[in-house]
Amino acid sequence: MFMKRPRLPLVDYIIFAAVFAGVAYVGYRVETVLIYKWDWSVIPNYLFRWDEGRGSFVPNLLIKGLATTIRIAIWTMIVASIIGTILGIARTSDRLFPRLVSWAYVEFIRNIPPVPFLFLFYFFIASQIIPLLGIDEAIHGASPETLAIAEFFFGPANLMTNFAAGMISLSMMSAAYIAEIIRAGIQAVPKGQREAGQSIGLSHIQLLRYVVLPQAIARVVPPLAGQFITLIKDSSLVALISIQELSFMAMEIAISEQRFFEVWIVTGAMYFIVCYACALMFGQLERRIGVHRR
Amino acid sequence: MTNRASGETVIVMTGVNKWFDDFHVLKDIDFNVRRGERVVVCGASGSGKSTLIRCINRLEDHQAGSIVFNGVELGAETKQTASIRAEVGMVFQQFNLFPHLTVLENCTLGPMKVRGVGRAEANQLAMDYLEKVHIPEQGEKYPSQLSGGQQQRAAIARSLCMRPEVMLFDEPTSSLDPEMIKEVLDVMIELAETGMTMICVTHEMGFARTVADKMIFMDEGRIIEEGPPEEFFANTKNDRTKLFLGQILSH
Repeated sequence: MFMKRPRLPLVDYIIFAAVFAGVAYVGYRVETVLIYKWDWSVIPNYLFRWDEGRGSFVPNLLIKGLATTIRIAIWTMIVASIIGTILGIARTSDRLFPRLVSWAYVEFIRNIPPVPFLFLFYFFIASQIIPLLGIDEAIHGASPETLAIAEFFFGPANLMTNFAAGMISLSMMSAAYIAEIIRAGIQAVPKGQREAGQSIGLSHIQLLRYVVLPQAIARVVPPLAGQFITLIKDSSLVALISIQELSFMAMEIAISEQRFFEVWIVTGAMYFIVCYACALMFGQLERRIGVHRR
Repeated sequence: MTNRASGETVIVMTGVNKWFDDFHVLKDIDFNVRRGERVVVCGASGSGKSTLIRCINRLEDHQAGSIVFNGVELGAETKQTASIRAEVGMVFQQFNLFPHLTVLENCTLGPMKVRGVGRAEANQLAMDYLEKVHIPEQGEKYPSQLSGGQQQRAAIARSLCMRPEVMLFDEPTSSLDPEMIKEVLDVMIELAETGMTMICVTHEMGFARTVADKMIFMDEGRIIEEGPPEEFFANTKNDRTKLFLGQILSH
């Protein structure tokens, strides 16, 4: 097929020139007004430091923080998806009770900003519920091998209760948004699909599991992917309850070294890499799922 | 076609009335179907013919009167509804195949999940029926890769895999391009020859003349006329039926 080279109209060239001029101007202003000595040399040490005892590089604070962020993100994604899907199904239920409960939950979360909710949850609820989970006893009773495995999944043992609290509250917040996405997906499945399933005798649960949910979820992969990426970024909130994830580490280093720009630019870049990798993975998923649909 | 209908009635509707909010869509319907009988329901749009057959497998529920299927009265109870639906197959105007499953998986879903049939047996069953509708080679394809006529035949096979007692057809050829209508009607005629009890809502009068034991004409929610096809086409008693037939048969 013969493709014409796209020719840009004059207006576009003018706009490009204007944007470029704007960015150049801002850069120039920052350079002249901001009296700042750039010194990037401190950063590599906080990524990896030379360990004399082992004779090799080991991860330092920033990388450890990144690991914690990735742990939180993955666990929160899993838990929030489960809760969110259940809530989303409840939102479309025939019975009033599930509909009402899930509606109330979603409205509550959506109308409170994350920070108040986080603190509410952490101080009031976490202090009551987390002890019930028995994490501390489990840690004390665990053998070193079990502990090592647990630490790989959950982070340092002494911070596991904090980690649990942060992860659960983030999950609860995300679940509300996932519920709405799933609800929209379910409602977008054509009525005829449900009727066809009913006409071959599928029960309500079988209908959901084999006919409705597969189609609903396939439809909402893009907004779901967006929600997961937002989740990775929102994980920085738990720095407020002293979970030592990437933003928390960045804050500490920036303050102690007095190198704000370098630290935060690197941190931003690390978040960007993680989020973009996630976006690429979801893009692949979308493409694979899209094969079977019209 | 030989009339194979036995004396046993499978479906009895007595005094059935249905409303959609204020709209009275079915008015005092009395309607019987015997085992092995082929019934064609026709009428103008909005006459209630689709609603009538959808009440049989409870995709719609009736507010007054009674519908008895195989001696069991249809009511609100859901377990009973599911077991009745397993015995009543339905073919939709929009096919409604499951797009995320292959044709074969569409056919095996019912037997495997509702009747607990094992995978190998279900696959064999599905292939048998796909052969009966003349599309055995399409089993591994997804519905979107099939033509309209093939999709509808796959939908028929899917319903037949549940080995229903009665097959309902809701305007099965109305969404098809003309060249594909024949292949679907041929499959339906072959099905009729096996003695399946069939209730079809359709405008295909040629098909009706070939297959039907009984024709029913509906208008504004009522059954206006009922009778064997010869009588129906030759000696219509009612003016509205005459008008309708005149409009359809002029094609």
